[in-house]
Amino acid sequence: MAKKFMYLNRKSPYGTVYALESLEVVLIAAAFDQEVSLAFLDDGVYQIAKGQNPKAAGMKNFSPTYNALGDYGITKMYVERESLAERGLTEDDLMPIVYEDEDDDYAEKPSVQLVSRAEMAQIMAEQDVTFSF
Amino acid sequence: MAMLHIVNKSPFERNALMSCLGHALAGDAVLLIEDAVIGVVTGSRIAPELQIAMNDKSVSIYALGPDLAARGVKAERVLDGIQVVDYAGFVDLTVANEKTQSWL
Amino acid sequence: MKYTIMVNEGPYQHQSSDTALQFARAALEKGHEIFRVFFYHDGVNNGTRLAVPPKDDRMLQKEWSELAEKYGLDLVICIAAAQRRGLMDASEAKRQGLTADNIAAGFHISGLGQLIEASIESDRTLVFGD
Repeated sequence: MAKKFMYLNRKSPYGTVYALESLEVVLIAAAFDQEVSLAFLDDGVYQIAKGQNPKAAGMKNFSPTYNALGDYGITKMYVERESLAERGLTEDDLMPIVYEDEDDDYAEKPSVQLVSRAEMAQIMAEQDVTFSF
Repeated sequence: MAMLHIVNKSPFERNALMSCLGHALAGDAVLLIEDAVIGVVTGSRIAPELQIAMNDKSVSIYALGPDLAARGVKAERVLDGIQVVDYAGFVDLTVANEKTQSWL
Repeated sequence: MKYTIMVNEGPYQHQSSDTALQFARAALEKGHEIFRVFFYHDGVNNGTRLAVPPKDDRMLQKEWSELAEKYGLDLVICIAAAQRRGLMDASEAKRQGLTADNIAAGFHISGLGQLIEASIESDRTLVFGD
C-alpha cells in the first residue's frame, strides 16, 4: 500500500540550501509511486513566491522546477494562509503552479491549495512519513 | 493515531516550537531536544504557551534529560508537567507514537 | 521497530549528528532495527575519513563507522549532496577525474532513492537537522 509522504518546507529559499535540496528529494520521490504532497508554511511560503531573481546574489533560480512537478505526478502543494498573512503576502504573490489532470481531459488545474493552520495540522496528522529540511 | 513532534532549536532563537504547538493536535506528544530544552525553564517568556498546550490542548511535552544536563538546567527548574526522558525514553516515544515529525 | 534515520547536518557544527548517533545506539540496545541511516545536506560530511578532531573529545566520524561495523548498519551518503560538498569514494573520484577520495569505512555513496525506499520499508522515519 502506498504511503503518504509529506515534504515539509518552512524556510526561505537561498539563505540556506534546504529549499533547493528538498526539491531534489521530491523529484526522485516522484518515481516511487507513493502519495506525495508538499507543505509550505512559515518562511517556506517564499519557496514558491513569484518573481524570484537571485542573479545579482550570484545564485541559480531553481523556482521554475516547481512548475515541472505536475508532469511528475506531484499535484498537491499546500500553502498555509496564516503564514502568508503574517508575512504580508497573499495568494497573488505565489507562482501559479498548475498540473494537467489526465482524468479530466488534461484540464489545467492549480497544484497550490491554500489551507488554514488548522487544516494544515489535519493534513500533517494524515501523513505516514514527513521529511523536514 | 498520535504524532511525536520533535523540536531541536531554542524557542528564543527560532519559531519552530511555536509553529509546532500551533499545529499539534490533542493527544500528540512534543519532545524538546538539543537547544530547544532551554524552553522548559519555569518563568520563561514561553512558559504560558507550554502550559496552554499541556492543559488546554492535551499535548504532552517532554524534554531530553541529557540535553538539559548539558546546558546546566537542573530538574527543579523544569516547568511542572513537562516530563524528562533519556535517549531510551526518546526511543520509547517513537514506538508509542505512530507518526513523527521534526520541526527544524 | 524498523527505523530510517536521516542526518541533515555535518559533525560538530550542529548537534544533529550527535543526537542521531545517541538515538541509534539507544534503539539498537533495545533490540530495534535501524534499516538505514541516510546522510543528506551537510550530513555527508559525517562520512569523511580525513577528519582529525581533538582526541579529548568525541570523534563523530569514527563513532559512526564503529557503530556501523558493530551492528552491520547501512550508512548511505547522498551522491548529489556529496558531489556538491566534495565527499568522494574511489570510483566516484575516478569518474570525476579527481586526484583523491575521502570516504570513511562503513559509509557508501548512493542516490536519494535509497532514502525513499528506506522510508517505505521502515516503521518510523526520523529526521535530525537544523
